[in-house]
Amino acid sequence: MFGPQTTLVLYDEEAAKVSQILQHLLRAANAKAIFLVDKNGQMIASSGEVAGMDTTSLASLTAGNIATTGGLAKLIGEKEFSIQFHEGEKDSIHLSIVGGRVILVVIFDLRSSLGLVRLRVKRASAELARLFEDIGRKSEQRQGDEAGLNPFAEITDDDIDNLFR
Amino acid sequence: MSFLNYASREINCKIVYYGPGLCGKTTNLQHVYQKTAPESKGKMISLATETERTLFFDFLPLALGEVRGFKTRFHLYTVPGQVFYDASRKLILKGVDGVVFVADSQEERLDANIESLENLKDNLTEQGYDLYSLPFVMQYNKQDLPNLSPLSELQKYLNPTTVPEFRACAMSGVGVFETLKAIAKLVLMDLKRGAR
Repeated sequence: MFGPQTTLVLYDEEAAKVSQILQHLLRAANAKAIFLVDKNGQMIASSGEVAGMDTTSLASLTAGNIATTGGLAKLIGEKEFSIQFHEGEKDSIHLSIVGGRVILVVIFDLRSSLGLVRLRVKRASAELARLFEDIGRKSEQRQGDEAGLNPFAEITDDDIDNLFR
Repeated sequence: MSFLNYASREINCKIVYYGPGLCGKTTNLQHVYQKTAPESKGKMISLATETERTLFFDFLPLALGEVRGFKTRFHLYTVPGQVFYDASRKLILKGVDGVVFVADSQEERLDANIESLENLKDNLTEQGYDLYSLPFVMQYNKQDLPNLSPLSELQKYLNPTTVPEFRACAMSGVGVFETLKAIAKLVLMDLKRGAR
């Protein structure tokens, strides 16, 4: 749906829905922080204790991690490894691929457990997958009148030069 | 694949620095990192070996300011240049919005440049991209060294379609920002056309 030549566009309405699902998951899984990252390493949304965390680096490394394990999966004849879990002394990370296109990152500590996180992630993943199906469909429909919606349609050379002053 | 977020009014674009081993891709990013104001840059991440050869990638997030009310962020990545890391290079090219090819201008590296450029084309084709349809700029690095290939030769073998090209010395920073500015401009113009 989001092929290599398309731009992922997230509008206010969908961003609010994503945020709602993440906040619900945060409470239900008793997690510390939750992130939604696209497979190219861009942060889509976050929830929980994210202040002080380098979220940009987290997004990029998450995507790198998923890409690497995806490469490993193909080497042994699997499509992908849809779930990964990294256990630390206090904090742990649960990574899962949602709808084949975005990565759900749940960071949790001893107040929660892997079992609880897995259970809650499963439900939230199904909701997110449906939502991203919709986003994908909308984005295809909008491609026809992209020029009218594209906020960059009017940029000038001066706008771009100003970025480097 | 750029990411346009209307909720936070941000646009994120991915630029990949490609080129043969030891051509100066990481040095380009290090120079950008050193010369960029702290409020405009994130942490630079280098996944490198103990001998400082890039193992997976370097990553530098840059916030360049606003265009039409949208915060413009560029994520700069390098690939590992060594031939045997091809699987990693393919992964890093996923979702790329613009490519900088960093060529090593030394005479004895001409073959390595050609091989790396062919590898770039092949890896992009595998993912459904065509290099010359993408925003793409060429940098002839290491121009301070004595044993250079003539510019005409570099152009003939590495830049037959005459994309924007820059002579550079990434160690001292010559040409680094010119290259970055050119690719950022091409990526934004590409967005303007709504081509992607």
